[in-house]
Amino acid sequence: MCRFIRSTLAVLILAAALPAHAALKVLATTSDWGALVKEIGGDQVNVYVATSALQDVHRVDAKPSLVARARTADLVVATGAELEIGWLPVLIQESGNSRIQPGGPGYFEAASVLTLVEKPERFDRSLGDIHPQGNPHVQLDPRNIARVAKALTERLSQLDGAHAQEYQQRAKDFDTRWQAAIQRWESEAARLKGVPVVVMHRDQTYLCSWLGLNQVAAIEPKPGMPPTAGYLGQLVTKLSASPPRLIMLNAYNDPKAANWLSDRVHAPTVVLPFSVGGTPEAKDLFGLFDDTINRLLAVLK
Amino acid sequence: MMSCKALAALLALAGMTLPVLGHAADDVASLRAELQALKNDYKTRVDALEQRITQLESAPVGALAEATPEPQPMPAQAPSGGMGGTGTAFNPAVSLILAGGYTHTSQDPQTWQIGGFIPSGGEVGPGERSFNLGESELTLSANVDPYFSAQMTAAFTPENEVEVEEAFFRTLALPSGFTAKGGRFFSGFGYLNEVHAHAWDFVDQPLAYQAFFGGQFKQEGVQVKWLAPTELFVELGAETGNGSEFPATRRNRNGFNGATLFAHVGGDVSDATSWRAGAAYLDQRADDRAFETVDEFGLPLTNAFTGKSRTWVVDAVLKWTPLGDPNRRQLKLQGEYMQRDETGLLAFDAEGSDLAGDYRSSQSGWYVQGVYQFLPRWRAGLRYDSLDDGSKRIALVDSGELPLSAFPALLPADPDRISIMLDWNPSEFSRLRAQWDWDDARGNDDRDRAFRLQYIYGIGAHGAHKY
Repeated sequence: MCRFIRSTLAVLILAAALPAHAALKVLATTSDWGALVKEIGGDQVNVYVATSALQDVHRVDAKPSLVARARTADLVVATGAELEIGWLPVLIQESGNSRIQPGGPGYFEAASVLTLVEKPERFDRSLGDIHPQGNPHVQLDPRNIARVAKALTERLSQLDGAHAQEYQQRAKDFDTRWQAAIQRWESEAARLKGVPVVVMHRDQTYLCSWLGLNQVAAIEPKPGMPPTAGYLGQLVTKLSASPPRLIMLNAYNDPKAANWLSDRVHAPTVVLPFSVGGTPEAKDLFGLFDDTINRLLAVLK
Repeated sequence: MMSCKALAALLALAGMTLPVLGHAADDVASLRAELQALKNDYKTRVDALEQRITQLESAPVGALAEATPEPQPMPAQAPSGGMGGTGTAFNPAVSLILAGGYTHTSQDPQTWQIGGFIPSGGEVGPGERSFNLGESELTLSANVDPYFSAQMTAAFTPENEVEVEEAFFRTLALPSGFTAKGGRFFSGFGYLNEVHAHAWDFVDQPLAYQAFFGGQFKQEGVQVKWLAPTELFVELGAETGNGSEFPATRRNRNGFNGATLFAHVGGDVSDATSWRAGAAYLDQRADDRAFETVDEFGLPLTNAFTGKSRTWVVDAVLKWTPLGDPNRRQLKLQGEYMQRDETGLLAFDAEGSDLAGDYRSSQSGWYVQGVYQFLPRWRAGLRYDSLDDGSKRIALVDSGELPLSAFPALLPADPDRISIMLDWNPSEFSRLRAQWDWDDARGNDDRDRAFRLQYIYGIGAHGAHKY
């Protein structure tokens, strides 16, 4: 009996000691949020990224492996604004994990601390797959990353009070490097200002407005609607009068329509990483913007 | 060395104080968090204002109307009504599915049956000829409070009736990976049983589901599921209920009718390939489960089964998504196998002579299907169904009391079917489908060549689909 109690006590002490060393488990919906959590969390977090940069985050299967990851997560970091609406609610519901339910501290949406653009005036799906809260592709404006970093730091500190200091310190360090990088990118990209471009989907809007690129047309006639031959024909006519300097494509896009248009309007296509991991160079958030700007500048030479 | 009693006391004390200490730490942490949240809130408001001012300053006058976002309040957290406040205030998420189509069959659909199997009485068969309205499904769902969510799907049938297809609550806050569900709901076994009609890859359910469960099995009851805290997806579930639908019946007894146990495992083979497999066992009872047939003279005849019904189900799904985007290219392979043993009494002419004798059957069925998304918007599918009417021991027949033709539904048969489908999906919310069937379900030589066109439209809340 005594031996039983003693061993129980030993197990209890061990169990009580364990969480102090266990890293916070974070399920990030995109590689960008995953990279940001790593910047702030360092070794204190264990990040699993649900999608790759080669996937359209709006269209992902609620795979069993993702449900299993949601089961053990302490924190879900999502974009929000309905970007992940087709699969994340299923993960959360099927996970049986009360910690990550929306509204609680274990559920974080980047969009909740950002001002979204292109908020539709009319909620009508004849306009395409619009998002009532605005354009959710927020990560390509680095100033948004900085805002999300701040809110995320607070959230990590709230969930893991023991390491709050460390999170704040890392966040401060990240912000210093990030603000310097923003200045560098802005000066490097100064000559992109006003350059007319064609985008694929409205997911480069934040990038265009940050760099001052002039988005003259989108290859998708409406959000989420692949272009028809007729629409592409109209686009050629429209763009012949004032041709764009380049056609911007994301790593995950099907390049067919863009290449077709490129031949006809005599503007080069440039494939941008869009998310961390989209190109070999975009290894982390700094690499994402370095590579995006390098690729844009390279075609304009 | 501490005495045993002292150790026990220490253990008890530890048990009591640990949560308290935890609470104290929690309190400090939550106070700190609140303070930070407050600071953060002000910071984001100021940031937003600053951003707005910069935008106003930098935007050309003409572009103002388009470029200026609406000033928005900055919620620190998502409202609990849905994902990130997609619902309007406290309104539940509402979605409506409209379906319908056109059916052409070479055989009279009135004579459709699955040869060798006791009719399930469910929504089975190819349906009526010519234009048809399918079921219109209205779904409402929302969180009730921090502990429960609720969902109801009402089906408006083309016969102008409203059916409660599902109406259940589900827990949100059980610990350790448990979730519980109660009300009327599709059972969690197999792969297709839980899938709503609008998300099927073919117009109808496989013959095995039609023969063994009348399409889909649901009842009023409770379900408990547990998900293992492992990287491999391992889900265990148990259900019980009143057995209100085929192959069970309600029994006018207290307690519950039978039990369902199921398990699913799943994972990724590679970035492109994921899978899920499962097994289930259903142990059910039926009292006077009547089924109507037509005897050799074309007169209606009602027979009935009373006894135990036990079903095994094995299911597997594999998805291959080479480019990561399931709407560009995806191959989905799935198959399920079902085996059912029934033992009890079979009554002949339940409303007339009411003879009854021992009955024992062992029957099985399976299907395999593949659906390939070969272009954005376009999918093609192939399905093969096969049933084995198995062995049947009917005492009334074996003893020579009645001829086998007294039970026309149980005449030996070998039903199978081949289906091909092609669908076009203009958006996530619409689907138009054509399906061709070479249907030998009747089990005799009368092959039914069927052709069906179907539309499915979804309006309202953006749906989220299970794997």
